[in-house]
Amino acid sequence: MRDIEITNLETLPGKTITQHLGMVQGNTVRAKHVGRDIMAGFKNIVGGELRGYTELLTESREESIDRMVDEARDLGANAILNVRFSTSSISAGASELYVYGTAVVVR
Amino acid sequence: MCTVRRSWYGNMINIAIFLSLFALGFFVGRYKEARHFSDLQKRETALAYITTSNIKHVPEGMNNSVFVSGNVVVSIDYYKRILAALRGIFGGQIKSYTSLVERARREAVLRMKEQAEDFGMHHISNLKLETASVYKNSQNSLGSIEIFAYGTALK
Repeated sequence: MRDIEITNLETLPGKTITQHLGMVQGNTVRAKHVGRDIMAGFKNIVGGELRGYTELLTESREESIDRMVDEARDLGANAILNVRFSTSSISAGASELYVYGTAVVVR
Repeated sequence: MCTVRRSWYGNMINIAIFLSLFALGFFVGRYKEARHFSDLQKRETALAYITTSNIKHVPEGMNNSVFVSGNVVVSIDYYKRILAALRGIFGGQIKSYTSLVERARREAVLRMKEQAEDFGMHHISNLKLETASVYKNSQNSLGSIEIFAYGTALK
């Protein structure tokens, strides 16, 4: 659990917003690595989940959330509201994960 | 004469590889899909008590919230890839892709719900689903797709 609460709602249930601190964001661009790619090559024959990639994207997303949380902490916030995600394919082997939200102080 | 013969062998080997990948994709892919669908069915009934909605609404009396998410990256099998390529000529619905994306989406939602279950939550508000094409190969445009589901779990 993080010290800063995250939600994609516009309010935090059971709490009141006392101060808005503006938008905070975090991003990461990650490339796949060769070992995982070879496994994925086999998987392309029989289909199904590519576990290595799933984990990779989960880690990357965690990292971008951490960056956003750090930014919010620097602003003195204790919650981030209305969090949204966006994923884009940057080049052949890399993806960008972007997360943004509004930093607030709640009580 | 010799080179002609060599290329003939080469072609036969290529065709053999193609056919075996095609068959492997068909049988293994189909078996795995059937198994995944029955697994999804089972887990969905077990987690049906966690209700979901895609509106930003907090039901009365729910005061605890936690952010939950689930993701999955899937790829299509060789057999379906060929079918889809053929479909590309005539157009129309690509059934093989439809079922793949459906499986992935249900899996992602289930993973999110399982996370909510771990926190003891029983409702997920503002559920969002995102589909992205990731890690495209430069040669063939068909990469893998990622489905990401997220929302705010409440109790």
